[in-house]
Amino acid sequence: MVSRPGDIPRVLKKAGAGPWVLKAQVLTGGRGKAGGIRVVRASSQMKKNLLEMLGMTLVTAQTGPEGVPVRQVLLEKPMEPARELYFSVALDRRLGCALLIASSEGGVEIETLARNSPEKILKMEIGPSGALEDNQARELLFRLGLYDSDQKKSRERAQFFKNCVRAFFALDASLLEINPLALTAKGGLVCLDAKVTVDDNALFRHPELARYEKAACLSPAEKEAKAAGISYIPLSGDIGCMVNGAGLAMATMDLLKQHGGDPANFLDVGGGANVEQVTRAFKIILSDKNVKAVFVNIFGGIMRCDVIAEGVVSAAKVVKLSVPLVVRLEGNRKEEGAAILSKSGLDITSVGDLSLAAARAVELSRNHGRTP
Amino acid sequence: MSILAGKETRVLCQGITGSAGSFHARACRDYGTNLVGGVTPGKGGTFLDRIPIFDTVKEAAEKTGAGASMIFVPAPFAADAVLEAVSAGIRLIVCITEGIPVLDMVRVRHSIQARMAESIRREIQTRGGLEIGDPGVLDRHRVWLIGPNCPGVITPGECKIGIMPGPIHLSESAEPRTGKVGIVSRSGTLTYEAVWQLTALGIGQSTVVGVGGDPVPGTGFIEILAEFEKDPGTRAVLLLGEIGGSAEEEAARFFKEKMSKPLIGFIAGQTAPPGRRMGHAGAIIEGGSSGTAQEKISVLKSMGVAVAPSPAEIGATVQKVLASGGKG
Repeated sequence: MVSRPGDIPRVLKKAGAGPWVLKAQVLTGGRGKAGGIRVVRASSQMKKNLLEMLGMTLVTAQTGPEGVPVRQVLLEKPMEPARELYFSVALDRRLGCALLIASSEGGVEIETLARNSPEKILKMEIGPSGALEDNQARELLFRLGLYDSDQKKSRERAQFFKNCVRAFFALDASLLEINPLALTAKGGLVCLDAKVTVDDNALFRHPELARYEKAACLSPAEKEAKAAGISYIPLSGDIGCMVNGAGLAMATMDLLKQHGGDPANFLDVGGGANVEQVTRAFKIILSDKNVKAVFVNIFGGIMRCDVIAEGVVSAAKVVKLSVPLVVRLEGNRKEEGAAILSKSGLDITSVGDLSLAAARAVELSRNHGRTP
Repeated sequence: MSILAGKETRVLCQGITGSAGSFHARACRDYGTNLVGGVTPGKGGTFLDRIPIFDTVKEAAEKTGAGASMIFVPAPFAADAVLEAVSAGIRLIVCITEGIPVLDMVRVRHSIQARMAESIRREIQTRGGLEIGDPGVLDRHRVWLIGPNCPGVITPGECKIGIMPGPIHLSESAEPRTGKVGIVSRSGTLTYEAVWQLTALGIGQSTVVGVGGDPVPGTGFIEILAEFEKDPGTRAVLLLGEIGGSAEEEAARFFKEKMSKPLIGFIAGQTAPPGRRMGHAGAIIEGGSSGTAQEKISVLKSMGVAVAPSPAEIGATVQKVLASGGKG
């Protein structure tokens, strides 16, 4: 594995003669087509290729136009697999359990295979033991054509699959996918590419995975949101949104779109929408220079609307709000809340009706010309 | 009438001495919930106001006769708290806690299923068999887990087990002939918004159930729809869904095949980008068209569900359906 140009001489010395396969280590799929996997035959070409890859931004079908930076490159011996298979363990939401999915046809889009020839896909539920039972491993070998009269080979292959299932549970994964899984000429199983998605909620018991999280490279605003316990996802529009509750936040974005607007973000400020939390949310929203108006939609349930209104006013003062602000407060003590907003002397439009409030935010975002 | 919880329900609170637990235990009691006790290991023998606290759920259930529990235990310990309630014989478990690892929930679900199967097996053993087609067998042995990551369950005017604001609800419709609406939802504040719109229109709610925003919930839409269908106090049902998974589509199919009461739906997340988790752990669109709001809405409509066109028109859509009296 190479992470820095300075590592290259040491790694090349250790690696010895080629040919080698260089694989960009990025948290996305579709690398091969985008130039993230290279076969290098001549040793003299290794350094040049490694240097090129380490600095590059990889744009694949799954990354979007901004791409992802390549920070690590893995060196591997090229191999000609006798066969390529597909193997994964995934959380099945409908069944509420882990589901093993495998096919004797690997290296392809599994979704395409599932659509066109579903009979070629094998599915097995993993039971309460959280392990692949011996009988399941046996069936897997028969169905994948991996059973060998050489008992040692069959046992090793069965153990490989059992270990994969163990890894899925040990890592608190929601997906562990090996595609392609290669059967070598000598009869061994080798992972040529793998993806593992770990459940965010389980990271507290996996301190060893913290270093991978850094590699996900969040923007400063996303990092700030994470630290504040705010769910924030930047989008491409120009109306900043601050809402309490994820479902209402999504519904609010939908409503803006229906009125012809374009949300700049998804933001769930959380249950306790206090002054500190609202201030941090404002800062995060306004760090996006495309934002031309901010729409605050808060349902005051346990938290009273007058308390939220005071929070919004003091937060708007702290961040010196420079774009129009539309606030819709509904629920407990909303009249008192609206009065606090209108008396604040700030450029705050308070609208009680949800639909009208969204329409107003869209209108203000259009009218607001920010000096370049 | 109502489903799951009512005046008679005796409720415990697990994690009652934590800040959220004590705040909401008091709020539930003040609403009128029959909150009979709390559980915090090591605090047994003390009281929150006049609510007795116990070390274990088993002891609390024995001493108070509680049949329901509301859980505020922190995420790393919440799955175990659910299992403790299950083995103490609690039949309605409402888990408010957010952020529980999904594989913990998978284990909890397996345990609850095993518990119910074992309970039925014992009845068969004791009685020497079941009557064929006994419709009550599931009700007699069922353990309900609502949540996690949910606002809870409320039967307005009777029993609130959760964090929802009580006063926004309406226990009787302004015009009794209108009848009441049951609500099942994956969301929190969006549910409050919908409840508030109904209340403003004078439409009462029979029971409101938040099944939670996690990928593997303890209870799904269909099980709740079936209860509402049986409940004589529920005239129509409102389902609030969101992107991710296929629970809404399956609910719509269940509605078409098995329900006589009208179903009104709303799906949040039409503008959500694919592959990103939108706050709720379950709200993510996974590849292709599966799980998108557009896909869900079109399935709902094709099954005869009346879909509210915007979050601002949820109440109005329900009102229209109630006035027309029929399906869709």
